[in-house]
Amino acid sequence: MTDEHGGHALDTVEDEPIANPGLPEHLPRPTDVDEAAEKRAERQVATLFGLSALFAVLFCVAYFALDIGDNPDVFLGMGASTVALGGCIGLCMLSLGAGLIQWSRKLMSDHEIVEMRHPAGSSEEERAEAVAAFQQGVEDSGIARRPLLRNSLLGALGALGLPAIVALRDLGPLPGDKLAHTVWKAGMRVVQDVDGAKIRPSDMQVGQLVNAEPEVFFEKNSDGEPMYEGVELQQAKAKAAVIVVRMDPDDIKPWKGRENWGVDGILCFSKICTHVGCPISLWEQQTHHLLCPCHQSTFDLADNGKVIFGPAGRHLPQLPLMVDSEGYLVAREGFTEPVGPSYWERG
Amino acid sequence: MSTTSSTNGTKAATPAKPSKAAGAATWADERLGLAKTNKLMPLRKVFPDHWSFMLGEIALWSFVILLLTGVFLTLWFKPSMGEVTYQGSYSQLRGIPMSEAYASTLNISFDVRAGLLMRQMHHWAAMLFIAAMLVHLMRTFVTGAFRKPRELNWVIGGLLLLLGILEGFAGYSLPDDLLSGTGLRIADGLVKATPVLGSYMSFFMFGGEFPGDVIIPRLYIAHVLLIPGLLLALIGAHMLLLVYHKHTQWPGPGRTEDNVVGEPLLPIYTAKAGGFFFMVFGVVALMGGLMTINPVWRFGPYNPAEVTAGSQPDWYMGIAEGLLRIMPGWETHIFGITLSWNVFLPGQIGPIAIFALVLAYPFLEQWITGDKREHHLLQRPRNAPTRTAFLAAMVSLYALLWAAGGNDILATTFHQNLNHITYFMRVAIFVVPVIVFMVAKRWCISLQRHDNETLLHGYESGVIMRSPDGEYTERHLPVSPERAYRLTARDRDQIYAGANGTDANGVPAPNERVDRLRATLSRAWFSDNVQKPTREELEEGHHHTEDELEHEHALGLDQPADGHQYDGRHDVAGDDLTHKH
Repeated sequence: MTDEHGGHALDTVEDEPIANPGLPEHLPRPTDVDEAAEKRAERQVATLFGLSALFAVLFCVAYFALDIGDNPDVFLGMGASTVALGGCIGLCMLSLGAGLIQWSRKLMSDHEIVEMRHPAGSSEEERAEAVAAFQQGVEDSGIARRPLLRNSLLGALGALGLPAIVALRDLGPLPGDKLAHTVWKAGMRVVQDVDGAKIRPSDMQVGQLVNAEPEVFFEKNSDGEPMYEGVELQQAKAKAAVIVVRMDPDDIKPWKGRENWGVDGILCFSKICTHVGCPISLWEQQTHHLLCPCHQSTFDLADNGKVIFGPAGRHLPQLPLMVDSEGYLVAREGFTEPVGPSYWERG
Repeated sequence: MSTTSSTNGTKAATPAKPSKAAGAATWADERLGLAKTNKLMPLRKVFPDHWSFMLGEIALWSFVILLLTGVFLTLWFKPSMGEVTYQGSYSQLRGIPMSEAYASTLNISFDVRAGLLMRQMHHWAAMLFIAAMLVHLMRTFVTGAFRKPRELNWVIGGLLLLLGILEGFAGYSLPDDLLSGTGLRIADGLVKATPVLGSYMSFFMFGGEFPGDVIIPRLYIAHVLLIPGLLLALIGAHMLLLVYHKHTQWPGPGRTEDNVVGEPLLPIYTAKAGGFFFMVFGVVALMGGLMTINPVWRFGPYNPAEVTAGSQPDWYMGIAEGLLRIMPGWETHIFGITLSWNVFLPGQIGPIAIFALVLAYPFLEQWITGDKREHHLLQRPRNAPTRTAFLAAMVSLYALLWAAGGNDILATTFHQNLNHITYFMRVAIFVVPVIVFMVAKRWCISLQRHDNETLLHGYESGVIMRSPDGEYTERHLPVSPERAYRLTARDRDQIYAGANGTDANGVPAPNERVDRLRATLSRAWFSDNVQKPTREELEEGHHHTEDELEHEHALGLDQPADGHQYDGRHDVAGDDLTHKH
């Protein structure tokens, strides 16, 4: 019957099929009628409160008794202090909570109370009163009669927004063309990122990947201070980090103009993903694929760093390489395009 | 009231002379008018009881725990990106240059007693906070508790969820370890993808080029002052509106649209909710003490040239991560500008669209259904099939995006091809929610039908009767009046019919097309729903049942058993199954 029923009764409001039977009668709990049950519940609650206090004291004992720092006490492979403190405060709180809830459920009156609801809105009179008050206020101000004042006030308030925005101008410098350039330039050595060791082509096996950086990150100026340190180093590194890979020269299919960007099958690419900028270094030797661990964009390094999978929209920028007079890998020139994530004026 | 309730002290104690407490209360009232607040917020205010009303409470108490543990952490944390050399207890990182933020996080973890506990409690409570808000939101949604007059409280709740997620992201970026720095790097990429302003926004955010040296202090003040302040204010407004509107309740005997039935704030809910705070605190403390979370010392300091495989954000960022991962690599290069759809769409438009839909939902549904009445009784999910199915579809979408956010983990855990998982997800997020919607809607309607069967023909008792000529039937027994009332205590759906196109003079009504769309949507929304039986149908059904019983009686099957004595656990030897009376 239900289908045809669904159709016809939609727009008619009949009497309710079943009258509201009203609130059910209150049934006493065991603790309401049995003095023994009541006493038992009372003892349970008091015991829980007692346990809570006990664990609070144990927390303090554990705080002073257990060592941390250089020589921490260990329990099940974890720091004993953390485990003990967490356990004590946890059980302290749980017993306290359980005691309160047990009290409310077993011993506090459980008679249901009925409260009437009222519409959320105000009554007509209240509304009329408020509107009248508002209109009186507006009338007294004369804002409706004096459009010049009203408009100039709105203009002044609008103008307040300007200082609020302008004052934030010094949050940071303007980008200029900073994003388009890295510290790489012609002749700069490509060195290992851990210790700054220079790299000879013969140091690299086919299939090998080396995480590299420009040598300038390891150089010192005339005062003996590092050329880059702290923030500047982090900022420069966030763009200049590269990876050097050696592949079989026959596998490499360079684009036009990139034929001499490698040295004996050794190519250098930006390490910064063109998607949102994670450093990429999951290297599959056999396929020449480089996978970004953040969002899995995959680049084919034998094919000019082309995107073959994932959310990245652009190939990985390549750093042209050559060998200097001492036989070390150096940049033939800087990056020929901006590295890292895309931005509007990138082109 | 029953005379037996003598032991739980229903009578108020009447002290012989004014106690000290009463004296203090009078003192305060003479200055603050405290007793008047009992009118606005009665101490005996009634709250209805149901387990599902506790979900929002978990969120509230998690927030309190976050404030408490957070204050503890601020006593040692140094929100600075200034470079120091670590000299603390953790030997593997000793002598390594790092930011003060990271060094002080290590200090809290290794050299401050209870520091690691507080850090881990803070992080677990944050996860719980957002999870509880999300589940509370789903509960509110699926029971229709967001309907008039509570739409604005729904909007406040949505903003709380959004702010909670931002707060969480700011928080886990603070330690300045490798993982949190990677999160910021991704945030930088998202910001840079903004049309026109991207690089400017990035430079203003980081005080120059990423990573700069101001982002940690800036996130810190947002994390400990700005966002918590907003959260606190909105939670206050959420609670005030809850008190003003009074809590929704499930329909039932004596529970109507005009009243609220339950137990009083003082003492029952003071004890229950207060006790529950300690329970939540206790669970979070046990988690903080026993379960490692965000072990920043293993990741090392942030280095923009490093990342670890399997990097994962906190769970609530999972769907944004999933959107970002499965988006195809679309980028437009035109007129010397770059439009990165691959980042802009999933990273900015997607989340904004999802949140706009969440916030606008009550108004959209109200527009479609044309229902402008106040609602204080909750709906069972089955009685709003389209809405429930929509939620089910959204949950499936959420689950898919969340799984997509861990596509590398799925690939390595289940030895599947990463690319295939990603291709699957690209299609599944469009197909699966549609299927889930259709299945869930039919499921709800079947449940409605089942409710009507129960009302009209009784419930299936499980007693199988065999007539003398060998016919087997199951005996249906009528449900209790209370249960029957509960099943019928719901509105009949009314389809919005539209303004009928033209007025008396044949002039098309304004916005006719919109009105027709609204009528069509309303029909799609309601027309398959099953309505509760009318009084006549119910009576007819009962007559039918009586006829059946008479028929059984005539066949000699009139034993009054409800069947439960034949469950094999009772001795029925010698029972006379027929003609008991």
